[in-house]
Amino acid sequence: MKEISELYLPDDVRYAETHEWIRIDDDRVRIGISDFAQDQLGDIVFVELPKVGDTFGSGEEFGTVESVKAVSELYIPVGGEVLSVNTELEDTPELVNQDPYNDGWLIEIQPDELAEMENCMTKDDYIELLEGEE
Amino acid sequence: MRYLPHTEDDIATMLTSSKADSLDDLFMTIPGDCRRTGDLELPEPLTEWELIDRIDSLSRDVASSREYTTFLGAGSYEHFIPQSVSHLLSRSEFVTSYTPYQPEISQGTLQAIYEYQTLTARLLGMEVANASLYDGASALAEALLMALRVTKGTRVALSRLIHPLYRQVVATYLQPTGYEIVELPYGTDGTTDLSSLDTMDDLAAVAIQSPNFFGSIEDLKTAADKTRDRGALFITAFTEPLAFGLLKNPGALGADIACGEGQSLGIPRCFGGPALGMLACKSKYVRTMPGRLVGKTEDVEGKRGFVLTLATREQHIRREKATSNICTNNSLCALAAAMYMASLGATGMRELAQINHDRSEYLKGELVTAGQDVAFSGPTFNEFVVRFTPDFSSRYDELIEQKIIAGLPIERWYPELPHHYLLCCTETTGKKDIDRFVQEVTP
Repeated sequence: MKEISELYLPDDVRYAETHEWIRIDDDRVRIGISDFAQDQLGDIVFVELPKVGDTFGSGEEFGTVESVKAVSELYIPVGGEVLSVNTELEDTPELVNQDPYNDGWLIEIQPDELAEMENCMTKDDYIELLEGEE
Repeated sequence: MRYLPHTEDDIATMLTSSKADSLDDLFMTIPGDCRRTGDLELPEPLTEWELIDRIDSLSRDVASSREYTTFLGAGSYEHFIPQSVSHLLSRSEFVTSYTPYQPEISQGTLQAIYEYQTLTARLLGMEVANASLYDGASALAEALLMALRVTKGTRVALSRLIHPLYRQVVATYLQPTGYEIVELPYGTDGTTDLSSLDTMDDLAAVAIQSPNFFGSIEDLKTAADKTRDRGALFITAFTEPLAFGLLKNPGALGADIACGEGQSLGIPRCFGGPALGMLACKSKYVRTMPGRLVGKTEDVEGKRGFVLTLATREQHIRREKATSNICTNNSLCALAAAMYMASLGATGMRELAQINHDRSEYLKGELVTAGQDVAFSGPTFNEFVVRFTPDFSSRYDELIEQKIIAGLPIERWYPELPHHYLLCCTETTGKKDIDRFVQEVTP
């Protein structure tokens, strides 16, 4: 498993304590899991995602990610309605391992309160959290 | 894996390495008042031949003895078990098998379970079968919970013609969950009345048993279509899987989940157990399936191997989010069923099913000729309901004295059907037995 210094943690996303990330790309808001999360899980074999149109409150479970050794719940960092899901993951769930911030994204949402993103951690806060967990 | 008892030497070695002087010393941590002092109150030991005599005399008093002619089915069926099954099953590697976690040392058992899954999936016409559950009743309850997980519905509809004891088990399973159970009534032809389905919302599943508790064959195709219209999963239950040797299987008729009891497949009737819970479903639901699953794979050298698979559904990994708290299977019974199905083959299953059906039809025809009243008009497989006259209950007791069990009185579960008896014939019910029975019950 990677050392914290080896993790790829981009600046343009915010992080949740449960290791999801959230990012504003133009007018869409995408959610995925961090490099730390994918690295801890190991080879991902299945991702269970919600249906388009489902709505979730902040912190609610919106799916699961299954690796060869564990299944973890996915929690939504900011509440909202699901606008689209990454259907590529049905056949190639390993994209979450290979490219967690781009091709391995999970869902796009219409947030209820975009300002809630401010409650999520910056890269530096997240690194501090990870160091605390070590 | 073999079961090898410890020898005196083994015990001495283990005591030495655990630094205990004796077995009593080893168990010192158990408080004295929790330990038995003195001998168990047991009768004197018997010689082997005395013991056989004793068991023989006990078994003569119960109707499982060959001296009895029984027309009892109702979820537990008397079938001939080929010697090949008994012989293979007695191998110690199978008898002592526990659910095999380690593929390195359990290839035989894992492959045997895999074969069971394959044969079960084929018999039921489904895409994937699990490694087995405890019995038909818990398999149905697990199937309903599975449908609730898949659909996120809040209620399930159960035919009143599902085995009454299965429905009790389902009620026990669902009672603490808050999900609602709706009962579907039955019509005059002895099959489930589906008309109330059209207005039911938030349905997770519709469960129908076929052949149902009255022995009648249900119109599963129509039920499957109606269920799909409600956005629910269609669950077919069964107590007599041999019927699928003759009838269209659940998969062909639109079942999303097929579940039931596998006792008929090479497992003797032992006062209600052990049993075999069979459960199969469409592949797309495999991740929400309960129970163990064995898969086929390749090792690093490209050789075929068998392993437990999709274990992340299970509670040792998923804890409270597991699909079920059943974390084992009924291996020995599953293996008996696999050996039984393999011994008969598809042709054998069909022929045997035909014999069961024909015997039952012969009894039905003879009863009708003798002026008895068959309660429901629909087609049946190897059991059916007869309405005897109100004075029959005393005759029923007399027949037991004559070593004939005249089926099961069903009034206990269906108070609206007094004097109704469920009668069953299998390949073990001879024509002579049937003729004698018809004579005995005809006034």
